[in-house]
This record gives sequence, C-alpha cells and structure tokens, in this order.
Amino acid sequence: MGFGFRLKVWGDYACFTRPEMKVERVSYDVITPSAARGILEAIYWKPAISWKIDKIHILNQIKFDNIRRNEVLGTIPVSKIQKAMNGEEVELCQDANQDRAQRASLLLRDVCYCIEAHFEMTKKAGSDDTPEKHYNVALRRMRKGQCYHYPYLGCREFPAHFEYIEGDIPCSYYSGERDLGFMLWDLEFSEDPKVEAKPVFYRACMSDGIIDVEKCLCYGGLS
Amino acid sequence: MSNPIKNRYEFVLLFDVENGNPNGDPDMGNMPRVDPQTGHGIVTDVCLKRKVRDFIDMVKTGEPGYDIYVKSGAILNLQNKKAYDSLGIEPKGKKDSPDVRATEFMCKNFFDIRTFGAVMSTDVNCGQVRGPVQINFGRSIDPIFQQEVTVTRLAVTKEEDIKKGQTMGKKQILPYALYRTEGYISANLANKTTGFNEDDLELFWDSLVNMFEHDHSAARGKMSARKLIVFKHATELGSCQAHKLFDLVKINKNSGDLPPRSFSDYDIEISQDVPDGVELIEKL
Repeated sequence: MGFGFRLKVWGDYACFTRPEMKVERVSYDVITPSAARGILEAIYWKPAISWKIDKIHILNQIKFDNIRRNEVLGTIPVSKIQKAMNGEEVELCQDANQDRAQRASLLLRDVCYCIEAHFEMTKKAGSDDTPEKHYNVALRRMRKGQCYHYPYLGCREFPAHFEYIEGDIPCSYYSGERDLGFMLWDLEFSEDPKVEAKPVFYRACMSDGIIDVEKCLCYGGLS
Repeated sequence: MSNPIKNRYEFVLLFDVENGNPNGDPDMGNMPRVDPQTGHGIVTDVCLKRKVRDFIDMVKTGEPGYDIYVKSGAILNLQNKKAYDSLGIEPKGKKDSPDVRATEFMCKNFFDIRTFGAVMSTDVNCGQVRGPVQINFGRSIDPIFQQEVTVTRLAVTKEEDIKKGQTMGKKQILPYALYRTEGYISANLANKTTGFNEDDLELFWDSLVNMFEHDHSAARGKMSARKLIVFKHATELGSCQAHKLFDLVKINKNSGDLPPRSFSDYDIEISQDVPDGVELIEKL
C-alpha cells in the first residue's frame, strides 16, 4: 500500500450501466470500482500489476440526463467470419436499417471524481518488475497526461479527462451518509478462459462524498 | 497491416448547420437534440461515425480492405461483391486460437472496425475490438433555437383523403448553429490491436472534412465542416493532457446581442502556444 495514487477524473457525461438495466441503459449514481480500474488501465497497465481501487470521492452533485439513440442490435457471428476466412461467399456486414433499435440511456452529467488507488504485483511479475518501477512509470504518465488509449467514463463516447492530484483532494458536494445500494464492484476473471467472469457486487455507502471501497467490501461482497 | 500510426492525436472539428436539423432526437419527435440543462445542441458520436462510414463506403467502393461493416441501406448490392480474398490469410496454425485470427481478418477487411472497433461475440467469445478513434458528443457553441416549420404537399396518400386536397407536414430546423466535437486517436490501439495505418488516418481526416458534402438531404439543410484542428503528439503515449490542447481552441461570438446566423458571427481563436512535443496542424 506504500504507493498510492490520487487521480482526478471528470467529464461532461458518463454511463456506468447497471447490469439489471442494460437494454435501455441506466447508469449507476456514481462510478463503479470496475470503471475506475478501466480508467487506470487505459493510462498504464502491465500483466505484472493489478490495480486496486481504495477510495472514490464523488466531487460533483449527481445529475441525470436522458438521451435516445439509434443503435444496432446484433453482433458479428464468429462462424460467419470463419466461413469468409475460408473463402466462402458470405455477407459480413450488418444493415443498420434492418437491425436497429432506438434505445434510451439515462446518463450522468458533469461528473468529477477522485480515485484513490494502488497496484499489487501479480504472479506474472518477472525479476525486473519492481513496484518502484511501475509506480514511477504510472505517475509520470498521469502527470504528463499520457495514456495508452484515452480513458472513458463507462462508455467510449464519454471521455474522461484526468489529472494527478498533487495537493489536497477537493471537497465533495456531499456531506453525511448516503447508501447507494448494491453496486457492481468488479468482475472476477477465472484463469480458465472458458469459465465466464463472475460479477461481484458490494454495498456502496458514501460518507461525506467518499466511498471507502475496501471498507464497503468488508460488509460483504455478493457474487 | 503496413505501418500503423506512430503518434497519438487529438482533434477538434467545427461544423455548422444552416436551416437544417443536424441530428434528430427520436425521443422528441425528431426535433434537433438539445441539452435540457443548458439549451445547447447535441450531435451524438454515432451520428458522426455514421457519416464517416458512409463517406468511406462511397469513395472506396469495392476496394479490398475498405469494406464497411455497419452499412445503411441496400444490402442486396453486397451479393455481387467478390468473395473474400482468402490468399491474404496465413494457413491455420494449431497454436493460435481461431478467434484472434478472426479478429485480425475483420480488422484487415473493414475500415470501420479498424477505426472504431466492433463487438464480435457469439457462443464462441471472439471478444471486442477497441478501435483507436474515439469521438465524443458534439455540442453547439451557443444555446440553439429550434424551429418547427409547417409545410404542405399538394397531393394526398390515401384515396379517401382526396377531398382534403393537400397534406400538412412538419420540418424541424435550426436557423443556425455552430457545433464543436472533439476526438482522440490512440496509436497504441492502432499498433497492437487493429492496424489502423497512416493511409487510414489520411482517409479519416478526409472524411471529416468532406463527409457533410455527401450527406445533403431535405432534413439537413446546409451543413459544412468549418475547421479541423489536429494535435499531433511526438510519441505514441502523447506529450500533454488532451483537455489542455482542446482549451487552445476558443470560439467567441461576435454578433453582439443578435443571435448568430452565420459562421462569420464567430471568431475562432487558435492559440499557437502549443506545449512541447505537440504539433498543431490545421487540416481545414
């Protein structure tokens, strides 16, 4: 835990989709630890490290907005691609007019979070993978605004601007306790690629605008 | 794919609309999209991506490697397309899992998958491709003014309506609005995942500049791309935070108290004070 990071992330829109409301997407009230991990991974990640989210500060008021878009329903079947690869004549494209649905999304507006996180070394760490090295690379990238790909707030159309917090964490809009109910914590991936990832939920409680992820997990994670 | 891009990019695209509807809201009876909190107009990311796809489809029809995965309109034409060139694909290796090769195949053949990514999953999970190009919602510089224009047609559809003589219709327009959208291009995803290369990049810039020229319709009015400002980082990872670069482009209204009605009602101020390791390129 010696190497902690404090990253401020913000954006105009965000959508941290609730798994129970996916067809017409409805966002959680706040960012999930899993989405926060995704932001960190977009900036820096190597198989030798695994990001752990410690705390999430909710700095802005929680506000929602509704947007309806035309979306494509289907996905690309692998079997068709394999046929095409073997030289068979198949149609590979999707017709956006035939295969389309209008879907509303309930999005968050004007979000700003501070993510407190650290990383742990994994089994894949080699002999020259020292925590100091990874800490410095990650820190340098955060300070300079470098990233592997631009991070986003739940969906790729909602980019996440980020800045390393050197001084104090800004004050939250919220004070007091607020129970946000059961939220997705993260997906637990198995070593075996055939076994599907298992979602783990946790009871998110916000205290003065801060979700202490580790503490909330102690109340019991559900999977 | 040959020479994937080596630099991170950010871009700002300014486009405007005159007497048209840039992006209808299906929730609001096709009125132009508006941010209910501020009154600014919105054009979704997917709306702009659609135009890029249509442009590429038009200029690169039938050229191998430039197919478009998510098409609009007549799929029948595709029947005539030649069978995929199976020569370009290496023989099946036992070690690689077939999904990776399927992903590569799709990236190689489809411009939009190489650029924006795609979801390819069935029972055999082939995963998703995240494309290097990411676009966010376009927003108007000023709050928009939506106008509903009633039009008439001197013919009727149904026989029983013959006595009416004419039918009424509605058009939703904005008298004028200037929109700004921002985007990101990750060299890493281009390099390691999709193979989005220098030629693709040029084509992409070309599509942003010209896509409105080929998308005219009764609903759109007069839409044009006005400025495309590209920030090229010296490295793959980039040299500076994106929002700092976006802040270099400032747009000020100069029509005083009058509502803006043309592009000349705005002053575009592009600061040349670019951080080290970033090159500012004005494509338009």
